[in-house]
Amino acid sequence: MSDKTSQASDKDALVRFEISDLNFYYGAKQAVFGLNLKIPKNRVTALIGPSGCGKSTFLRTLNRMNETIRNTRVVGQILLDGQDILQMDVVGLRRRVGMVFQRPNPFPKSIYENVAYGLRINGFQGRLDDLVEHSLRRAALWEEAKDYLHKSAFALSGGQQQRLCIARALAVDPEVLLLDEPCSALDPVTTAKIEELMFHLKDSCTMAIVTHNMQQAARASDFTAFMLDGKLIEHSETSKLFTTPTDPRTEAYITGRFG
Amino acid sequence: MSTSATTMDRAAPRRFDGGGPRAFLHRLGHGDEVAHVLTLTFAAGILLLTSGLVYELWVNSHLSRAKFGWLFFWTRTWDPIFDNFGAAPFIYGTLVTSIVSLVIAVPLGLAAAIFLSELAPRRMSDTISFLIDLLAAVPSVIYGLLGIFIVVPLMRTTVGPILIGSLGHVPVLGKFFKGPNYGVGFLTAGVVLAIMVVPFIISVSREVLLTVPREQREAALALGATRWEATWKVVVPWARTGILGSVFLALARALGETMAVTMVIGNDPKIAASLFAPGYTIAAVIANEFTEATGDLYLSALIELGLVLFLMTFILNGLARLLIVATERGGGHPS
Amino acid sequence: MLTLTGVAAFGVVAVLFLILGYLVWNGGKSLNLDFFTQLPKPVGETGGGMANAIVGSLKLLLLAALMGLPVGLMAGVYLAEFGGKTFSYVIRYTTDLLNGVPSIVIGIFAYSLAVLPVRHFSAVAGGVALGIMVIPITVRSTEEFLRAVPGSLREGAMALGASKWRTIATVVLPAAKGGIITGVLLALARVAGETAPLLFTAFSNRFWSPGWGQPIASLPVMIYTYAIAPYDDWHRQAWAAGLVLLALVLVANIGTRVVLSRGGGGRST
Repeated sequence: MSDKTSQASDKDALVRFEISDLNFYYGAKQAVFGLNLKIPKNRVTALIGPSGCGKSTFLRTLNRMNETIRNTRVVGQILLDGQDILQMDVVGLRRRVGMVFQRPNPFPKSIYENVAYGLRINGFQGRLDDLVEHSLRRAALWEEAKDYLHKSAFALSGGQQQRLCIARALAVDPEVLLLDEPCSALDPVTTAKIEELMFHLKDSCTMAIVTHNMQQAARASDFTAFMLDGKLIEHSETSKLFTTPTDPRTEAYITGRFG
Repeated sequence: MSTSATTMDRAAPRRFDGGGPRAFLHRLGHGDEVAHVLTLTFAAGILLLTSGLVYELWVNSHLSRAKFGWLFFWTRTWDPIFDNFGAAPFIYGTLVTSIVSLVIAVPLGLAAAIFLSELAPRRMSDTISFLIDLLAAVPSVIYGLLGIFIVVPLMRTTVGPILIGSLGHVPVLGKFFKGPNYGVGFLTAGVVLAIMVVPFIISVSREVLLTVPREQREAALALGATRWEATWKVVVPWARTGILGSVFLALARALGETMAVTMVIGNDPKIAASLFAPGYTIAAVIANEFTEATGDLYLSALIELGLVLFLMTFILNGLARLLIVATERGGGHPS
Repeated sequence: MLTLTGVAAFGVVAVLFLILGYLVWNGGKSLNLDFFTQLPKPVGETGGGMANAIVGSLKLLLLAALMGLPVGLMAGVYLAEFGGKTFSYVIRYTTDLLNGVPSIVIGIFAYSLAVLPVRHFSAVAGGVALGIMVIPITVRSTEEFLRAVPGSLREGAMALGASKWRTIATVVLPAAKGGIITGVLLALARVAGETAPLLFTAFSNRFWSPGWGQPIASLPVMIYTYAIAPYDDWHRQAWAAGLVLLALVLVANIGTRVVLSRGGGGRST
């Protein structure tokens, strides 16, 4: 029951998100209990834990997506670069904190229009074409898609659609990208491509990824947070957490004794 | 395969309008709120419209209600000249034609629904259902057209004489099948109505029958029942609440049908036992006499008839809904 | 016993083809260019056409669409996207109620709304009656097709910073537009064939109806008037009109169902 605070071991790793004493309720049922966490800037933080431990719920508080569900309540403080996100304009927040979902959810529009969507609604000024290309490049989809920009997004394969969703999220140039089990519906080859993507994106974008796949967490993240029953059990550098975990529950989980 | 996402990703700063968090919030708040209120207003408009309808029916029938009171329902005279109006012939006609239509349509419709749900291969069933649904889309006036030029002559020359000849002298039943026979009348209207409502019975019954769990059929068959016995004694009873609901729905439709009926019923405000006698229904008299109603009481009486019709269909549709919902919930089993 | 059920089913289908056949046979014989281009001749004379009724029906449909579709669409959006539990239930119940009201009673209502105050029949009054009938069908199909749009699409848009109304307008409605359009077409096809509510609202007219405030002819009312009249020539024209009306209604119904079954709901741009 110890809630550990994060240990930023890189000297110049600043903190992007600072979460203090976060409690979350679905109606009367509490899903997150007194969570304290610092998410470092320009690093990948993985959230692992068994099903139902609250990691997705927690992730979705970071861009206030839980507000789309009725009867939910957030108690506590979440600071993004020092600003309280609960006091912020939610639309502005979501431009700064993007999200990629478990199943690819491209809009029934063309590839181009999917990427351009966020730009259009946020009143972008400049050359749309350039920005669309830029986002598709960042998502490693440009080469495959450049000749088919005006075809329907559904013409793409599952893995390509997910990369399209990443491009779409990146188009508005978010400071943070939240990924909720983005590879769970994808094959290993595509998963590898996306993990490589994340590696390159790190420098410009802070990422938090919820994953069921411990190997993925071990491969692709810099820091890992382990959650259980709505509480944060342990949070440290990935290499340390997976080799010498402090808490016995963490060890039990990563060695597969439950989960 | 090289991804060109490099550290120079954020080189070109992009400008987004917005003017700060507060202005944005303001706009956003307004947008969603406005949309909510706008759509809600239209939705509430439907409530307003419907209550307005009931209100108008009530208010405009005042003269007639005040003058005739409850007697309106029993009075058999419909006399515009002496301003004496009674609803009895029309209620009678409406009920008789609807019952006749159900007597024909329910067995026919149920049989067809059974075929479509139990026997026909899926594709055939879907195609036939589609075609039968098209029947439901045919406008009433076209049924009336066919009624006048096909059913009426047929009734006058062929079907009528056969029925009168064979059933006219049977005790009890006979009085329904006495001449004279002009081709128009309760029976003709009932037949035309039957064709109009049978698609509803088939469509709803078929759906309900399709939801009966396989295990029910299989249990019966495993006990040695024939396919027919399994269907009739197990599957259909399981679905009976929903099927009853479809009957109520069809009845509600039949009560309100106007054009086809008025074209073949003979338009005579009399109560007669014989099905070959001309008659009148509520909807038909309103259709025929509304524009010729001289005098406020006359019009008011017609509107009161409209109110009666509204109430009848309201209650029936309500019951139908309850029954169909009950099937969806409880698997068709009455408690 | 079971074969009887098959007989019943095919029998009902046979009726459909009988109707079609008869209309095509009798109506086809009487369809000519005059039918579409000429006005009705004075009573008793043969010949003439129903040009005014065809245009009249179109005008009435336009009015019905203008009056009923916005209400139906907006209410459908409300029920699918905004509605609170109790209020939505009340709206749905009332919509179903309105749907079940016999069309002649709707005619009475439209009469008291639009004819009594001005003491004459008009196209507008007919439009009101038909517009009211369009509403329940539109509400139901709009709500159904909006609900069919997956929640993940809505989430995707909101995560990009779209507000609720923006999400609805730029993602949800476009995704559902195929289904909604078919719902609209079916609603219009249904009211195009309605006669009863027009009998004392739009009434009829043997000439062109200028503007929107005069009595106006319509195909269904003409069919009725001609069918019950004692003139053979009028009967002939009634068949022709019946064929035209039925053709329009069936084309709309079959067309929309074909589009729907091809997955018209989610694949549009």
